[in-house]
Amino acid sequence: MAVTMNTRASTQAAVRGGLVSGKRDVKGILFASATLACLLLALLMLVLLMWEVVSQAIPVFDRRGFSFLTGELGSNPDEVGVSQGLWGSLIIAVFVIGLSFPIGIAAGVYLEEYAKPTRFTRFIQLNIRNLAGIPSVVYGILGLVVFVQGIKFFTGGRSIIAAGITLAILVLPIIIITTTEAIRAVPAGLREAGMGVGATRWESTRDHVLPYAAPGILTGTMLAIARALGEAAPLILIGAITGALRSAPGQGLVDKLQGKFTAMPIVIYGWSNEVNKPGKETGLTFTDLTSAAIVVLLVMVLLLNVAAILLRNRFEKGRQG
Amino acid sequence: MHADGPLTESTELRMDQLTTESAAAPAADTAAVFTTQGLEVYYGDFRAVRDVDLTIRQHEITAFIGPSGCGKTTVLRCFNRMNDLIDTARVKGSIRYHGVDLYDPQVNAVEVRRRIGMVFQKPNPFPKSIYDNVAYGPRLAGIKKRTELDAVVERSLHGAALWDEVKGRLKASGLSLSGGQQQRLCIARAIAVEPEVILMDEPCSALDPIATARIEDLMQEIKQQYTIVIVTHNMQQAARVSDRTAFFTTEVNPESDRRTGRMVEFGRTSKMFSKPDDERTEQYVTGRFG
Repeated sequence: MAVTMNTRASTQAAVRGGLVSGKRDVKGILFASATLACLLLALLMLVLLMWEVVSQAIPVFDRRGFSFLTGELGSNPDEVGVSQGLWGSLIIAVFVIGLSFPIGIAAGVYLEEYAKPTRFTRFIQLNIRNLAGIPSVVYGILGLVVFVQGIKFFTGGRSIIAAGITLAILVLPIIIITTTEAIRAVPAGLREAGMGVGATRWESTRDHVLPYAAPGILTGTMLAIARALGEAAPLILIGAITGALRSAPGQGLVDKLQGKFTAMPIVIYGWSNEVNKPGKETGLTFTDLTSAAIVVLLVMVLLLNVAAILLRNRFEKGRQG
Repeated sequence: MHADGPLTESTELRMDQLTTESAAAPAADTAAVFTTQGLEVYYGDFRAVRDVDLTIRQHEITAFIGPSGCGKTTVLRCFNRMNDLIDTARVKGSIRYHGVDLYDPQVNAVEVRRRIGMVFQKPNPFPKSIYDNVAYGPRLAGIKKRTELDAVVERSLHGAALWDEVKGRLKASGLSLSGGQQQRLCIARAIAVEPEVILMDEPCSALDPIATARIEDLMQEIKQQYTIVIVTHNMQQAARVSDRTAFFTTEVNPESDRRTGRMVEFGRTSKMFSKPDDERTEQYVTGRFG
């Protein structure tokens, strides 16, 4: 008995010795540390940027309060505000949601659900990917030629309509690509199950494919809106106003849409070029105002993203049934 | 027809041999539902399976057996034109459903699938409630009244032997069920549209033996109302449940060096498993290859 106890104890000791020793995974630890360091570096940059912007913006919101959101463009740092930029960016968001969401999602559905996988289809898909990589200035030139000059009777020239359509086209490839990828991730079994009980292609797309792909599609639309709201280059080419922009009283909506315009990135760009002289009453410079405008744009994008995330969570719940 | 009860294989065989052209054959042939002649299926230029000549009869269970890659699933998916979803798939030869060419350009694949249901290898309930899973097909077919739908759902879940387990939680997600229950839910979903035929593509391959036995019992029950075609890897399953068996095998094409599936033999299951005509069938069912 004692002997067996002994051998059992010695076996345990031997096994334990083998299990606890062995080489430490030095390379693995180094690799993990390196990836962590890179992550921290990226976060640090972001924090520094945010700190720089927010700390300069706080006095603006503090001293100007609501008037910063309602004020218009001008040369007096005590009076100017972002209202016209906000309005312009909001209209751009409406154009992106109203034009590129339906067109982009529909195009993606066609490519994945209906198009036969011919060489021509592959060629088109490749080109859509290329379009997503084209510099935004090029879209600005397109907007200038086609929407500002080409269909002036509709856009009114250098207007928010021309800008909205241009940016909607700019983000179209992003939406098409994310839609096709989200649809490709739908399990084949789901589609077959629907069609197995007699669903048509359209019914199976409506009832199963699109609901399942919705979270992925929403991620793409989120990226698209953020991109459209942040673009300045195409707007400069189309002719957004950087200086004073007087809105005439009693303008109708159509006049307003076809008239001169600006948007948040242009406001930021314009103010960063202004003479840096403190205002007499508030002591705020255009540099401070620039930071405050950046915060306003960030909050706007954030709010849209929160809306999209809430929507996505609802769809994801639906995915679990 | 089945009143004479389950005949043992030996009696059936002896009677087959003794009766020459008699009316006393053990089970008279029921009406043909599908007839294929020289059926071949291609994926692009690749011929996946050939020589499919068989007849699937009403209220029988027909099993397709054979090694992997022999084309049995491919053939099964022709019967409800599910292969249409694969762009490169093409069919040669004829496949007739009650005499109508299924691949006639005028035939609507959606109508085909309403009459010929399918249960897939992996249980694939919709990410919806149990109720909505079963009611989906009937709703597509135009049933809108709640009372009617309730009746269809209850009848279908009863038919799939699932009602007692889920009657208290029809609103729960179909995905919350166990694997075997999910597969029975898929069967309920298939029979909810009252098809004539149910195609089953290895319906038990993802299930444990107990769930498998339940599905097999269920198949025996529902074959009174439906015609069933089942693809299975499991020869014992084919022997247990089916009335007729088609054996497929793979062979290498000497010209292209590619494997092609081929139907070797088709006959009554009792005969296929005891005295098959073809040597390859015998080798397969006795476990000597495959």
